[in-house]
Amino acid sequence: MNQVFEGLRGLLGRAAEILLLILILVTLWQVVHELAGAIAMTAPLDTFRYTARLVLSADFWPHVQVTGIAFFLALLIASAAGVVIGATLGLHRLSGEVGEPILVALYSIPKVTLYPIILMFFGLGLRAEVAFGALHGIVPIIILTMNAVRSIKPVYIRTASVLRLSSWQLLRSILVRAALPEIFTGLRVGFSVTLVGTLISEMFGSKRGLGFLLMRSLGVHDMDLIMAITLLLVMFAAISNSILMSIENRLYRRV
Amino acid sequence: MRKATWIRAIVLVAAIAALEIFCRVGIIPRITMIPPSTMVTSLFDLVRSGAITSDTLQTLTSVAIALGSAIAAGFVAGALLHALPRARRIVDPLLATYYSIPVFVFYPLFIAIFGLNAIPKTVIGFMYAVVAMVINTLNGLDRVPPVLWKTARVHHMGRVSTLADMVFPYAAAYLFTGVKLAVAYSFIGVIGSEFILSSGGIGYRISFAYYNFQNDVMYALILLVLTIVVTINMTLYYWERILMARRGER
Repeated sequence: MNQVFEGLRGLLGRAAEILLLILILVTLWQVVHELAGAIAMTAPLDTFRYTARLVLSADFWPHVQVTGIAFFLALLIASAAGVVIGATLGLHRLSGEVGEPILVALYSIPKVTLYPIILMFFGLGLRAEVAFGALHGIVPIIILTMNAVRSIKPVYIRTASVLRLSSWQLLRSILVRAALPEIFTGLRVGFSVTLVGTLISEMFGSKRGLGFLLMRSLGVHDMDLIMAITLLLVMFAAISNSILMSIENRLYRRV
Repeated sequence: MRKATWIRAIVLVAAIAALEIFCRVGIIPRITMIPPSTMVTSLFDLVRSGAITSDTLQTLTSVAIALGSAIAAGFVAGALLHALPRARRIVDPLLATYYSIPVFVFYPLFIAIFGLNAIPKTVIGFMYAVVAMVINTLNGLDRVPPVLWKTARVHHMGRVSTLADMVFPYAAAYLFTGVKLAVAYSFIGVIGSEFILSSGGIGYRISFAYYNFQNDVMYALILLVLTIVVTINMTLYYWERILMARRGER
């Protein structure tokens, strides 16, 4: 059995393993469907068919657009502010030491509980969703950028000060280049976490977007729609993360 | 380090003081936020009145079940995957992408399956926490040097005794990291679910207070959650540092 397995692996390689994983997951899904019935969980094939129809329907895309815009803006803010703050804390040792435990605490609290406060300040709508998404994403980006900058060889930074580089030049030509792979890790994690934040904010008290569509379909017990949106979001998250990871691996190899 | 601790304390106190002043003076209107001191007194009143006791217990029970099962299942799964490298290779992409998937999107599905009770939020808490435990168990077992396994074999130690006397103590620091993350994630999963949609728990009470414009209650409960979670996480954070320091790793 083992030899057969090894032979197969040698032939088909990594792609086959990933395919096998997907196959196992879909089989598990089918088994749960058989056990629990279609009211609780629709069958994989039915879900794929429904998802295909959903993706082709016109009234689905406005929701995608709403979520997409909120997510994009949140990610933009979280990345830009996160990298700048993280780099600053990484360069200035004392500030980093002061800030780190606060950031760690901030990372591990259930940020959902802060959402009402954001709603109080921004009101229901796009601004609150962007703020909440950015709040999620910015913390890991700061922490990972800070650690990335800290691990840059001090000689680079001393060279920069000998050359009297401005702080913008320092950021662009030293920090970003020397710490790029690790900063990119931060951005990849930030990407996922911002997505979570954006979706949660839509699931709570929103009138548009995929998170809202999920909650509305729960209200009318539209299992097909719930399964289809969940599938699409999981696929989107997994695929974009895989792409970002392969870029990240390339960056690490280059350094 | 000493200096940083002092500055941090000063920064935090100054931030809270500034918030207090902004709220008192009216720069931040009262309908937006109540002063921190009022949050504290309001929380004391709530706790003393017993009005939130059952919701707090409900949340903590869900977290405890989610956490306990995540630690147990995560450790067993991690140990099994470590023993079965082929299975591990196949599951590896799942472990690598798992935390990029917004687990909360499964919540409506679980409500549809289990109904609107404590089960869906506990399952979300479990799902959030379990993989951190799997990953850190694998990480810990990977770092056990081969010489320890060999020594165990030379001394004819049984499988149980090898694990209990050699591997477990060595991997303890990494397992602890897994536990620490599992604690944070199970709280996030349970309270987040309660907040989005549920029939009870602290998260539910916060969203209820929000919809009913009960600012005093809402801010008091937010303070309660933050206090509980930050206290537990910080205790684990410092405990972990002590563990690591004892092993001479940091």
